[in-house]
Amino acid sequence: MKTTAWPDTIHRVLTENRVRQVGYVPDSGHARLIELVRGDRGMRAVPLTTEEEGVALAVGAWLGGERSALLMQSSGAGNCINMLGMANECRVPLLALVTMRGQWGEFNPWQVPMSRATIPSLEAIGVVVRPVDRAAEIGETVAAAAQLAFNTCRMVAVLISQRIVGAKAFK
Amino acid sequence: MKHRKPTLDRRKVVADILRNRGDALVVAGLGAPCWDVAAASDHPLNFYLWGGMGGAAMIGLGLALAQPGRRVLVLTGDGELLMGLGSLATIGVQQPRNLAVIVVDNEHYGETGMQLTHTRLGVDLAGIAKASGFRAAGTVCGGAQLRTWLPRLYRQPGPVFAAIKVTTRPAPLVLPLREGPALKNRFREALLGGKARL
Repeated sequence: MKTTAWPDTIHRVLTENRVRQVGYVPDSGHARLIELVRGDRGMRAVPLTTEEEGVALAVGAWLGGERSALLMQSSGAGNCINMLGMANECRVPLLALVTMRGQWGEFNPWQVPMSRATIPSLEAIGVVVRPVDRAAEIGETVAAAAQLAFNTCRMVAVLISQRIVGAKAFK
Repeated sequence: MKHRKPTLDRRKVVADILRNRGDALVVAGLGAPCWDVAAASDHPLNFYLWGGMGGAAMIGLGLALAQPGRRVLVLTGDGELLMGLGSLATIGVQQPRNLAVIVVDNEHYGETGMQLTHTRLGVDLAGIAKASGFRAAGTVCGGAQLRTWLPRLYRQPGPVFAAIKVTTRPAPLVLPLREGPALKNRFREALLGGKARL
C-alpha cells in the first residue's frame, strides 16, 4: 500500500493536543500512524487485544491526568459499545480514530454489516461521529475532534473513509 | 484438580488490603468489590465502577501509566476479570511497575444469582496472569498466605496479580457514590488539584 502523508498529519495533531497514551488494534489503514506512535518517546503505544480495552484505558488515563487516543477499524466499533456507555456516563473524553472497512470498494462481504452499523451504533451510545472522505480534510477534522473531546469531555470518533485508506487487495 | 473450599471473608480481606493504603489509587470493579471497598472506607481516590464490566484492569493500566509514581490497586471480581481476560495480556506487554490487580475471587457471579464462574470450574487466573508476563502472580487461600501477600501488593515491582479466594458468605450492601461525573471529578481533584478542572 502506498504511504500517504495523512497519518503523519494525524501524528502531528495528536502531539499538538498532548495525547500521551495511544491504544490500538491494528488496521492496515493505521499501519503508518502506529509506527509513528511507537517511535515517539513522548507517547505510549498500547497494543490491545480488543478495542473495548482501549476505552477503559482512556478512562484510566483521564483519571490520572493524561490524554489518550484510540485507533481501530470500523469492525472494532461494535466491540466497544458497552464500555463506551461508561465513558459516556462519566463524561470522560474519548478521541477515536476509526478507519473504515466494508465501505468503498470492499472485497470481503463479511465486513459490510458492521461497517453499515458503525455510525448508528456509535451515535446510539453517545459518540459524536465525524466522517472524513478526503485526505486533505483529515488534519483539521482530527484537530477539531480532539478539541471537542478534551475541551468538553465528550466522546468523538473520526471515521476515515475507505476511499482514503484504500480497499484491501486480496491477492 | 481437587477444589479447595475458600475460607477467607471478602470484607475482612479488602479491609486488610486497604488499611495501610497510603497514597495508593484504587479502582473497584463492578459489583461486590465496590461494596467491599466502600465498606472498608470511602476515599476520594477510590473509583467505583457501576458498569463497564471487564474494564477494571484496563482502567488500572491507564491510571498506572499516567501516574508512574503512585501505586495503583485494582480490586475486582472473578466474573469481572473473566470478561476482560485479554487485558492481562495487554498489561503483561506494558509491564507497569506500579500496578497490582487483585481479584476477590468467590468463584460465583454474586450479583446475578450466584451462578458458578470459570474459576470454580478449573480456570486458574493467577496462572494466566503469570503466563501473560506479570512479574508476580499467585492464588491466596488462607490468612497466613494473605499476610505474606499484603506487602507485595504495595511494594513488589509490578505488574502484580493476586487471586484471593473468598467465601460466598453474604455481606451487607454498602453502596458508594454512583454518579459517574461526581466520581470522576472527585478522583481527579484529589489527585490533580486545580489542574483537574476544565
